[in-house]
Amino acid sequence: MKFRKLIFANLFRKKVRLILTVGSFAIALVLFTFLAVVKSAFNRGVELAGADRLIVVDRVGLMNLMPISYADKIAAIPGVKAVTHDHWFGGVYQDEKNFFPQFVIDVENHRKVYPEFVVPDDQWNNYVKDRQGAIAGAKLAERFHWKVGDRIPIKTTLYGGAIWEFNLDGIYHTEKPDGDQGQFWLQWKYFDENVPSVIKSTAGWYILRLDNPDDAVRVAKAIDEKFANSPHETKTETESAFAAYFAKQFGNIEFLILSIGGVVFFTLLLVTGNTMAISVRERTSELGVLKAIGFTDRSVLFLVLAESLAIAFFGGVLGLALAILAIPGISAAVTGLLPPLLLSKPMLLLGLGFAIFVGAASGLLPGIGAMRMRVVNALRRA
Amino acid sequence: MAIPLTYNFRSVKARWTSAIVAVAGIAGTVGVFVAMLSLAKGFRATLVSSGSPDNALIVRGGATSEMTSGVGLDSVKIIQDAPGIARGPNGPLVTAEAVLMAPIPLRSTGTDANVEVRGVSPNVLEIRKGVRIVQGRMFTPGLAEIVVGKNANTTYSGLTLGNTIGLGTMQWKVVGVFDAGGSAFDSEVWGDPHLLTAAYNRPDTFFQSVTARLSSPEALTPLKDALTTDPRLNVDVTREIDYYAKQSTRMTTLITTLGGFVAFVMAIGAVFGALNTMYSAVADRGREIATMRALGFGGPSVVFSFLIEALLISFVGGLLGCLAVLRLNGVTTSTINFQTFSNLAFAFMITPSLLVEGVVFAMVMGVLGGFFPAVRAARLPVATALREL
Repeated sequence: MKFRKLIFANLFRKKVRLILTVGSFAIALVLFTFLAVVKSAFNRGVELAGADRLIVVDRVGLMNLMPISYADKIAAIPGVKAVTHDHWFGGVYQDEKNFFPQFVIDVENHRKVYPEFVVPDDQWNNYVKDRQGAIAGAKLAERFHWKVGDRIPIKTTLYGGAIWEFNLDGIYHTEKPDGDQGQFWLQWKYFDENVPSVIKSTAGWYILRLDNPDDAVRVAKAIDEKFANSPHETKTETESAFAAYFAKQFGNIEFLILSIGGVVFFTLLLVTGNTMAISVRERTSELGVLKAIGFTDRSVLFLVLAESLAIAFFGGVLGLALAILAIPGISAAVTGLLPPLLLSKPMLLLGLGFAIFVGAASGLLPGIGAMRMRVVNALRRA
Repeated sequence: MAIPLTYNFRSVKARWTSAIVAVAGIAGTVGVFVAMLSLAKGFRATLVSSGSPDNALIVRGGATSEMTSGVGLDSVKIIQDAPGIARGPNGPLVTAEAVLMAPIPLRSTGTDANVEVRGVSPNVLEIRKGVRIVQGRMFTPGLAEIVVGKNANTTYSGLTLGNTIGLGTMQWKVVGVFDAGGSAFDSEVWGDPHLLTAAYNRPDTFFQSVTARLSSPEALTPLKDALTTDPRLNVDVTREIDYYAKQSTRMTTLITTLGGFVAFVMAIGAVFGALNTMYSAVADRGREIATMRALGFGGPSVVFSFLIEALLISFVGGLLGCLAVLRLNGVTTSTINFQTFSNLAFAFMITPSLLVEGVVFAMVMGVLGGFFPAVRAARLPVATALREL
């Protein structure tokens, strides 16, 4: 690169402007990454939903419980590979602020339906044997510094206000790094022994796994027909539709944050691009001089472009680095309110792509202008 | 000696293009700042206004919200006779309520939202004084009739006067619309508790909460003491207004954290914009500044003058930002409330103090963006600057 010196000299001719422009790119990128992670967090449930899973709830409403006997009836329907059931425990650990979801799970079938949650076999076996056993997600255990063997008191809110104690027998991980590692599982048998009689022998909802995801519509229909006109009619949906039902209700909050942020992001990029374009136009006469002393049109364009791209690239990288530093802090601030905010590689690359695109566009337009301009006119401008 | 203010006005006028960029940047930031805070404020206000200081809310011991509570009919009977509860012509002013959830499609998207359905006692309007029927009439106890809040009426489909809608296993006729003064009740549907629990296959001797009108605001303590020490009961007693204030905490934390970060990032961007404007103003005016210095204006007056200019720009930006979002005041939107899992309609609430905060925020950005360029202006060597073309 024989023009390296020239490009650098141009870059640093106004140091303050350079810092501000690079800084503006960085800020735009921080904002972009932030919006991307918030959006993905709002929709995490939908992204993670298994295509081969269906959820069965009471048609009347989510809060209504169904008889436990439905499990065998659902399992008998052709196309169903495995069935398990969950309950929402809704307890409080130490303080209401420490919210995390607690599920009452059916240890016999849970692993068949949710293969993505991995528990070491020895831990799982201890858990199955231990009525008061519990398993926590890796992120959850990290949040409260729990380790296997700890005793965890949880105050129930739904079942009388007593404190239930659990032994942490194991910690589960997920295959995917963005999987939900924030759940707490207790055993249905222990739960069933201790709840008031109206809740005994019930399930909050059923989850079933299909032999073939293409069967979803047929199986869902078969289940709902089977329980039609019974005291507990059902509503069966795919897991992603079920998750979307919750995600959509955030509705306007998500929309407002994303739309405001999106507008800001693009304005910031446009303004920054404009500043860069102005700084090239200021130098039209200089570029004329370069052409007069024998630089080709192409090399003039190259000079201008290289400068803009360098600014955009450094600004972009700086912004992404800042975002990587800042996101964990924000994620901690909204723990329990949103799933963890996670950065993904495609997100980072997309952000950098935006920055470079704006850099290229803001260099290209004045650059082409300078390239086409006749030397005489360019020189006369001074 | 101070440099006259007209100088600043004229210089802004001369460099209006870069001034507009700075003004727009600051206006945008202040707009987002005010909008986010007003959203959080509106959400909180909606819930807080649902509670009255004259009412006590009684839920099962340990319950974090009505959704996780349960109070049996036997307990309700004991509560009705407790001290501190006001009495009306038909006995104690107590409403034992069954709170249920119905999936009803939103008008805007057509997707289901969780709507809170509340079975209330016939004397509920004497207990919740802020609620009044604005269309139609109150439901008749014993009939499958419902009344809907004014936000429920406009937010969900099928809740219009005279319409029939399926809730649980029964069909219900909408006979009235009530106005609860912008509180959370405006997003609810009310009906007869016995029929509602029957439609939801629930025992009709089991309620989620009991709301009692106190004989005076001070009567809470005797009522609380009587109920919490009664061995037959396991209940928590809170002032209704405190209960609702607590229900708003999670969502407001979420909005302020996310919105706050966006506003913070934008503020940095806007300060950069202001710095850019002011630095180019200083660079353009090297000779002017040197001339003033040569005339005898001191360094501090130059710094002061530039700061004034930055404040002028940021003040206009802040004012424009506030004006731009002022239209949002009162606009209704809705989201899910974490603590009850139900959908809640609420309005942006822009208060005068919020606007003042917005303008102050703008001025802080102006000072940050104006200070360094001002110092550079004051430090320009007079002789070389005068010699510049």
